[in-house]
Amino acid sequence: MRTHITNGRLIDPKNGIDATLDLFIADGRIAAIGKAPAGFTAEHTLDARGLVVCPGLVDLSTRLSGIETELAAAVAGGVTSLACPPDTSPPLDEPGLVERLVRRSAAAGLARVYPIGALTTQLAGERLAEMHTLSRAGCIGFSQAKKPIPDRLVLLRAMQYATTFGYAIRLQPQDHQIAADGVAHDGEVASRLGLAGIPVCAETVAIASSLELARATGASLHLARISSAAGIALIRAAQQAKMAVTCDVSIYHLHLSDSDIGFFDSNARFDPPLRSAADRDALRAAVAAGVAAISSDHTPVDEDGKQLPFAEAAPGATALELLLPLTLQWARETATPLPVALARITCDSAAILGVSAGALTPGDAADICLFDPEARWQVSADALRSRGKNTPFIGREVQGRVHSTLVGGRVVFQR
Amino acid sequence: MHNPQLNAAGELTHLLSTDGLPRDVITQILDTASSFLEISDRDVKKVPLLRGKSVFNLFFENSTRTRTTFEIAAKRLSADVINLDVSRSSTAKGETLLDTIDNLVAMHADMFVVRHASSGAPYLITEHLHRVGRTDVHVVNAGDGRHAHPTQGLLDMYTIRHYKKDFSPLTVAIVGDILHSRVARSDIHALTTLGTGEIRAVGPQTLLPSAVESMGVRVCHDLADGLRDADVVIMLRLQNERMNGALLPSAGEYFRCYGLTPAMLALAKPDAIVMHPGPMNRGVEIDSGVADGAQAVILPQVTFGIAVRMAVMSILAGN
Repeated sequence: MRTHITNGRLIDPKNGIDATLDLFIADGRIAAIGKAPAGFTAEHTLDARGLVVCPGLVDLSTRLSGIETELAAAVAGGVTSLACPPDTSPPLDEPGLVERLVRRSAAAGLARVYPIGALTTQLAGERLAEMHTLSRAGCIGFSQAKKPIPDRLVLLRAMQYATTFGYAIRLQPQDHQIAADGVAHDGEVASRLGLAGIPVCAETVAIASSLELARATGASLHLARISSAAGIALIRAAQQAKMAVTCDVSIYHLHLSDSDIGFFDSNARFDPPLRSAADRDALRAAVAAGVAAISSDHTPVDEDGKQLPFAEAAPGATALELLLPLTLQWARETATPLPVALARITCDSAAILGVSAGALTPGDAADICLFDPEARWQVSADALRSRGKNTPFIGREVQGRVHSTLVGGRVVFQR
Repeated sequence: MHNPQLNAAGELTHLLSTDGLPRDVITQILDTASSFLEISDRDVKKVPLLRGKSVFNLFFENSTRTRTTFEIAAKRLSADVINLDVSRSSTAKGETLLDTIDNLVAMHADMFVVRHASSGAPYLITEHLHRVGRTDVHVVNAGDGRHAHPTQGLLDMYTIRHYKKDFSPLTVAIVGDILHSRVARSDIHALTTLGTGEIRAVGPQTLLPSAVESMGVRVCHDLADGLRDADVVIMLRLQNERMNGALLPSAGEYFRCYGLTPAMLALAKPDAIVMHPGPMNRGVEIDSGVADGAQAVILPQVTFGIAVRMAVMSILAGN
């Protein structure tokens, strides 16, 4: 299939392109940008007038509660590649489970799925998982998801072992003993509402010890879902010291703070918790400066999981279909140029995952998102394809809507 | 932000917290309670204000004492009172909180008195009632987690007003485990709204919520500082499970640092009153010499508590 995408504003942050240019696709790959290759005849032409044409979005963390529905939600949100954390049920600690996930997601023929393997068996934090075997089965990195490794010696050994084979380690930094039974940022709001608090030091203690262990072992480390200004400061300093450390911030943490909990709104229950407005502002600045990428941290929760008192409700929110509009909103509010904003959800996240995606270089797989940057729409249960309808943005109007999504040159979503 | 306790006319439809409760509503409750106090002294202690109404005591967390005071208050208003010890029945069978509510609404409940271990549970219930269009059903928060215990807060205000009249010149010291105390939070918000001169939060750092100053209190780590020239001293109960561990080394050391003895009380004003929400831990937070002394108003608090709960229920039923 040869496709010609014409008249669109083509933005490819990786290659520094932002211009009205045509794009030519042949055999599932980008054939050329600008001028048609010699002898190219299009079988299919997509008129992208008024649309932005950019690489398909690459998401750092998507929980697939149902593979088909969530992958349909992914492409409806312009996401063409996504990493799946290992805290599935059962956890991704056996090659058979990883192969099954790869097979089922490939069969869906929608977004590409990259499994993150469990760092320890059953994510119990005690015994190393068979990383080499899992890697051969398709894992692109290893993580504990949100589960702790109580024994730091185990974490040290895990880093040494992963580094032996050059595997990247992802950690969501939170000291579980300090966080204890906390459910909200330890501050004014939690104190007033009588919610058990999670202090910022639960995050900074975990970041500091992970960084020290990475320094000692030479591990390549990604710190996921940073929530505090103090946490960002530690990572920024490590990056300035030329350590191989990256991080990300969830799209909701870029917009919300603990005051959005209001009167115990369980949709505003997140892990890590939404922190103060000052923390939120520091996260926004860090993403603008390129210290952190953006993740969706897509976590569908059914209604029963949210119709509970705040502390008992499941944390997380549906996010795949809001990743793009909320990234655009952050960019508008912070006057961040569109190509820079798109980099945070395309080439930057692809580099963190170490996958070939997030760019429109000729020869690359034609994973492409076409979106209307001006289209406004209301977030509602009906408007979302994901099983998860849980988001603090329900009922709100957002701007920016995906028009079409292509994976390997094939149109997998069109509105 | 929409205040879920008030209707569009600003009238009280649920009592969920003293936070955000307007001053005139608090005053209305205290004045109404005052008129009910006389009823309690009569031979026939009943008035027919809630005749034909069904009040469901929904206690997801056990508390015989609080449940009894609500039961007495509802019965003196001639309501039919149904006590449900939910901690032992439906929820143990897996029924969700909101399923329980739907079932009881179908049984024509007019009012729920809710005690729950999770902060915010009564908000979930009122929001649900609103969603299913049952705004005629009222909710009274009888204590949710660490968040609020508004009727206790209001009876504390009644007690202070009874003995001290005006709030503006007063210094009120709240002593003890404020971190885990819904009573302390309800007292602080009500005292602030009523224009109390100074509110002090007294305790070790491990028992104070972070950013507690943002609620309008002055933090004192030293009991003597906290008590000096106080007009009102509110002692909080220290739960057994918090006495030995990472919060406090021992009950004995706690008593030596924060226990209210006659000698410490002498630092307060000579006419200072001593309050306690009960049940007391004698020898842990309070010395028997103080608990049984002339300045203690702990038993009058209990009496006022009935009148205040009658006032709240009758006002809700009228709105």
